[in-house]
Amino acid sequence: METDAQKLASTSGVHIQMTYFEALVQAQMEEMERDERVVLMGEELSVHGGAKLIERFGKNRIWNTPISEGSFTGLGIGAAINGLRPVVDLSVSSFVYLASDQIINQASKLRYMTGGQIDIPIVFRCCMYSLGSLAAQHADRPYPFFMNVPGLKIISPTSAADIKGLMKSAIRDGDPVMVFEDTRLWPVKGDVTTDPDHLIPIGKADVKREGEDVTLIAVAGVIRPTMEAVSALAEEGISVEVIDPRTLKPLDHEAIKTSVAKTGRLVIVENAHCVCNVGSEIAAVMVEEAFDLLKRPILRVSAPDIHVPFSPALEKDFFPTKDHIIAAVRRLL
Amino acid sequence: MRQCEGDKIPGWFHSSVGQEAAIVGACLALRDDDAITGTHRSHGHPIGKGADLNTLMAELMGKAGGICKGRGGSMHVADNSVGIISESGIVGGGIPLATGCAFSAKVRGVDQVTFCFFGDGAVNQGTFHESLNMASLWKLPVIYHCENNGYAMTTSVAQSHGQPDIALRAAGYGMLGVTVDGQSVGAVYEAAAEAVTRARAGEGPTLIVANTYRFDEHDFGMVIPGEPYRSVEEVEAHKRNRDPILLYRTVLLGEGINENSLRAIEYEVVEAVKQAVQFGLDSPLPRPETLPDYMFNSPLADHYGFGAGLERNDRHGN
Ligand SMILES: Cc1ncc(C[n+]2csc(CCOP(=O)(O)OP(=O)(O)O)c2C)c(N)n1
Ligand SMILES: [Mg+2]
Repeated sequence: METDAQKLASTSGVHIQMTYFEALVQAQMEEMERDERVVLMGEELSVHGGAKLIERFGKNRIWNTPISEGSFTGLGIGAAINGLRPVVDLSVSSFVYLASDQIINQASKLRYMTGGQIDIPIVFRCCMYSLGSLAAQHADRPYPFFMNVPGLKIISPTSAADIKGLMKSAIRDGDPVMVFEDTRLWPVKGDVTTDPDHLIPIGKADVKREGEDVTLIAVAGVIRPTMEAVSALAEEGISVEVIDPRTLKPLDHEAIKTSVAKTGRLVIVENAHCVCNVGSEIAAVMVEEAFDLLKRPILRVSAPDIHVPFSPALEKDFFPTKDHIIAAVRRLL
Repeated sequence: MRQCEGDKIPGWFHSSVGQEAAIVGACLALRDDDAITGTHRSHGHPIGKGADLNTLMAELMGKAGGICKGRGGSMHVADNSVGIISESGIVGGGIPLATGCAFSAKVRGVDQVTFCFFGDGAVNQGTFHESLNMASLWKLPVIYHCENNGYAMTTSVAQSHGQPDIALRAAGYGMLGVTVDGQSVGAVYEAAAEAVTRARAGEGPTLIVANTYRFDEHDFGMVIPGEPYRSVEEVEAHKRNRDPILLYRTVLLGEGINENSLRAIEYEVVEAVKQAVQFGLDSPLPRPETLPDYMFNSPLADHYGFGAGLERNDRHGN
């Protein structure tokens, strides 16, 4: 298996260990350094980990906003049309609903509706808090809604190296890009290149672990229980290939098909609710384009069609756990 | 309440300590059948409206005996039996609901009023502006009550409001706006009572700004990196000189209520809280199979095949 570190060895520059969150800050730091049109805006930026950026770039590049998600998001979009490259931090991803009119009706559509006369280079950060008893108004994973909107690119990196490389690609991209970060990944350490020009392209999946028996697609935060489950299965001689799509829009269909051609079995694991999620989309595409490769039905493991409960007693088994994932893989063998 | 935090109360805990008068003074002006919407800082509103402490405490602990059956928690302890229709974790989310609640009273021709609590940070949401306009336009029986504790998390009013006198905004909607000392339960009561009278008489909404102070951190245990956004001296001075409970105690003593009767009341409150803590601790956790309960008025039959636990996926039947 090629690890992140080995993959990085092929890139120039030094590699250092840092957390996912540090890598995210580093990506913004480098891009703000490189391009003075990049500005940051959002609520309570220093509370949400932006202190280093504020210190480095000061007031004209970093804007603490009032609690006005709908309008500061639209403000960012307007600024993007007129020469800036804003990174809009919506903090808790459940708050993205307040901004969604501007993201959907304006950002995603205006390039098309003006016949390509304008560009909207903007990044929206949405941080997913799943466990922790925050209750249903602070715990959503809304990326499936936005996958249904044409005109948006959506990334969901899971490692320090990936968030750095993909965040930088997002900031340099000429279109609106939404970043869905699972906050449970923030403290996870990994090797990251210090090369400020190392990008990871939007639209490319990554094989996080090679295997022969089953293909498992893990979206965002579930990479943690997935890796635990897959290690446990490996001890029993069950070999699972883990694919991280990294980009949800556009999805890397080829990478998934290549893996399924090898295994013939597919499980998709994610924290979103089960109806019309990433798994639904992947399953549909595989049935349309690669049905003959499948030896068994496609399975999805996700959150039920129920809101996230407050009580730890109900929340504990709400999102896919290591045991749920192991059980799903077993059912395909 | 402090004693049972830590491992007994999960999630984020936004205390209303320091803001008691701004809430209680307002609730005293309401009838039992009047309605309330509240915020993420939700504990004070049901207490002020006369809710049972036991089920509130059990909710904070995520127990089956909680007022929201363990589905809401600290940011959402809404007790509908005393008229609370929601406590919104989304800042500004309750303001249109209060407006609609009052709209319903008007359409149905009943003389109920709705009291809408929100913070100084929430007035920068579009929902605030859009709601106040409609309420004024249609003379709805709603009172917008800003618990202005000076900060939204670490952001002061001066850092986030182009025009920091929040009551002045009312004029922009053709509505009366008043500012009161939110640490004086009497002053808050008087302003609220006047607004309620006007609302009940069909004379429309009022914006009340109760200047108050939050004694604890934004949420319990929150660590703010870097420079403090408010000084220890500022906080201590408020606790020393501006504690609404101590201030009211002094008022009552001045009015001739004797020390012993005050002690007796305080003892009663401590006992009631102790009992609530015990009730919460004794209440069972919600059982896993109840997870879908309360989703719908008419539950969806056979819909939750992806429910919790290892039965997940079982409906595929392989
Ligand atoms: C729509 C939305 N944006 C941001 C937040 C995060 N948040 C929670 S409380 C808060 C500050 C609210 O300040 P204020 O309205 O003054 O109420 P206070 O906490 O002071 O009682 C913020 C920004 C949220 N819960 N909802
Ligand atoms: Mg406030």
